[in-house]
Amino acid sequence: MTLEAIRERVRAASERRSPLRLRGGGSKDFYGGEPHGEMLDLSRYAGIASYEPTELVVTARCGTPLAELESELAARGQYLPFEPPHFAPGATVGGCVAAGLSGPGRAAVGAVRDYVLGVKVIDGGGRLLAFGGQVMKNVAGYDVSRLFAGSLGTLGVIAEVSLKVLPAPQAEMSLSLEMPLERALDACNRWAALPLPVSASAWHDGELVVRLRGSEAGVQSAARKIGGAPRDASAFWTSVRDQTHPFFASPGSLWRASLPPTAAPLGLPCTELVEWGGALRWVKGDVDSKLVREAARRSGGHATLFRGVERGDGAFAPLSPVVMRLHRALKSAFDPHGIFNPGRLYPGL
Amino acid sequence: MDLARQRETVRRLREFLPERSVLWAEEDTRPYECDGLTAYRAVPMVVALPESEEEVRRILRTCSEGGVPVVPRGAGTGLSGGALPLGNGVLLSMAKFMRIVRLDPRARVAVVQPGVRNAAISEAAAAFGLYYAPDPSSQIACTIGGNVSENSGGVHCLKYGLTVHNVLRVRGFTVDGEPLEIGAESLDSPGYDLLALAIGSEGMLMVVTEVTVRLLPKPDCARVVLASFDDVQTAGDAVAAVISAGIIPAGLEMMDRAATRAVEQFVGAGYDLEAAALLLCESDGTSAEVEHEVERMERVLRSAGATRIAVSRDEAERLRFWSGRKAAFPAVGRISPDYYCMDGTIPRRRLGEVLRFIGELEKKYGLRCPNVFHAGDGNLHPLILFDANDPEQLARTEQFAAEVLEKCVEVGGTITGEHGVGVEKINQMCTQFRSQELEAFLAVKAAFDPTGLLNPGKAVPTLARCAEYGRMRVHGGALPHPELPRF
Repeated sequence: MTLEAIRERVRAASERRSPLRLRGGGSKDFYGGEPHGEMLDLSRYAGIASYEPTELVVTARCGTPLAELESELAARGQYLPFEPPHFAPGATVGGCVAAGLSGPGRAAVGAVRDYVLGVKVIDGGGRLLAFGGQVMKNVAGYDVSRLFAGSLGTLGVIAEVSLKVLPAPQAEMSLSLEMPLERALDACNRWAALPLPVSASAWHDGELVVRLRGSEAGVQSAARKIGGAPRDASAFWTSVRDQTHPFFASPGSLWRASLPPTAAPLGLPCTELVEWGGALRWVKGDVDSKLVREAARRSGGHATLFRGVERGDGAFAPLSPVVMRLHRALKSAFDPHGIFNPGRLYPGL
Repeated sequence: MDLARQRETVRRLREFLPERSVLWAEEDTRPYECDGLTAYRAVPMVVALPESEEEVRRILRTCSEGGVPVVPRGAGTGLSGGALPLGNGVLLSMAKFMRIVRLDPRARVAVVQPGVRNAAISEAAAAFGLYYAPDPSSQIACTIGGNVSENSGGVHCLKYGLTVHNVLRVRGFTVDGEPLEIGAESLDSPGYDLLALAIGSEGMLMVVTEVTVRLLPKPDCARVVLASFDDVQTAGDAVAAVISAGIIPAGLEMMDRAATRAVEQFVGAGYDLEAAALLLCESDGTSAEVEHEVERMERVLRSAGATRIAVSRDEAERLRFWSGRKAAFPAVGRISPDYYCMDGTIPRRRLGEVLRFIGELEKKYGLRCPNVFHAGDGNLHPLILFDANDPEQLARTEQFAAEVLEKCVEVGGTITGEHGVGVEKINQMCTQFRSQELEAFLAVKAAFDPTGLLNPGKAVPTLARCAEYGRMRVHGGALPHPELPRF
């Protein structure tokens, strides 16, 4: 598939005012509002356009499978520090950036948006626009590249992305500690305020697993400070990242509460899996959506209905009127006829 | 100056602001005529110095209603004229917003007002073993509000990121005084990433009255390796070799000989003045980590052709090694009546080519140009030496700078890595972007500020301006803006 063919599809849809459902590997069809519109399959616009390990930059077309990108990077001793979830084998680079979701390392190293250096996008008029670039520092113009990260395809087609990559850590070790949630939160926040190479944490059902990454010396000395029992955990972290861990199979809707890391336990009648040193709380169970949203809001964060038994009254927490007005204005700036993924992020957007 | 308009604006502002907060007499407004880019000056019609969010809100409402443009200003240390006032507008100084509202060591966040100095945050956090990572060289004077406007970096940003990576939330007002809060103390927020738009927007999208920053644990120790090279290209290749070896230094800086000689006279950093280029390569972490990493750095730098290597033995020596780099701008200021600092970023592998190009321009324009370089992230700061009292030299300097910036774009880089576009590089925006991207920027601006009253004329050129900009380049045989009439 060529870029020109994608642009042609967009132009045709724009003329007919006919909504397009943008799709990469389809690994995140469950996420956000119900997708609808004519399918625009972007998985075939694929391939790594350029990769300069010494510049720490890779540029890939949207349909490039994440797995392929990751193995190319691994061959040169580098990786995507934000550890994007795959959820399913076909996950693509475009979908990863559009969804804006990051994995276990997020609290330590940053999110997808922190690694986006540039994008080429197709707007609602079928024009190809280039923002940012392939350099680490660039403040020319507004930071539209990062705006597209997490926009769920509602602003345009992310055709190509340049990402900052990093050398893979030299050493890694995971430790398992038995403790209740309150103590785990306290411990994670204490460690995060110390210069320790904690790169991920996950608490569930009385067990806190902590991952250290860095130099051999740094990891060993941090392991002595943190204690607990070493645990072979690479499959564990993948299961948390891709939600194949048994917790995610328990009944009920899955909520994602993004909170200040020091927030007290939400106290909902649900099971929980807590990542990011307390900043990400997965909540599973049958619970009234108002109750979850209100609890998250009171804690200074927000809750997303991540995998709903029903999609109900929208996946994402409502925005303030002024912020919603800005969303509508930005949407109409990039997609004046509202053809891209309507309703995927917010109803009417 | 339209005196009637000035009188009317002052009268309306004085309805709710005390006398000390509204300046209009020329002797009071003159100090605000420029920011760190002193080549551009304009005396503002009125200066407003609010002390509360409510005052900011009412100033913005008043100006919006009266159609008066507003230019926000922090410490005025910016280098691109982002805070250049307007002779028919209000300069909104945030200097009185100096309070650290809350510092939460457990959650590692600080909530600060925009007039708080960058370094003051780290000073306040030091008691808890924490600090605020972005460290622009002006950090003792520049404010966090200005840092948010410009998305400021610093010498440690390859490892620790820019302002956009270290700010969690901003609060403030839209141009018409509507309260706006973006981000939270959680790691993400629902909806579009408006925080990324607001940061680096050069005060054109909103006025920020409060900022929440992330604090990091201070590394136990840091050491810096000082490596000499007899050729700038070799030094550039050594940077690539360090990265290839899987090392991300906490700081990685380069200076050419013209720059080291200027700073050595000024601060006596102990630099090797025979070297064509010096690299400063810093490691931080626990002492065991640093010891190990410094060994690796030394090994890589030696095999990449370093002619001399010195490693800081203690904190005093580390600071001395850095003092030269940090004093580069004032040192250059001592050897020349004026200097013009550029801020292009390039892919590192093109460094040798760009430095040779700058060398040729030195001959072409008859002006000297020492170079300091955030080598780790490809951000160049060539400093053209000139005398502003000679208008002909200033014109040559501007042409020199324009050629350098356009070269940065040509090799795949950008016209500004961290100083912002402001008024200074607005013409080069026409080189870096095509009309469709500029239209998108203008649409983003209009989404936040439909009336265009917030810091107008900065950062994003109009298409008409680009059409008039004389030195447009022809790409692939086609003019960049074929849809526009030519004058």
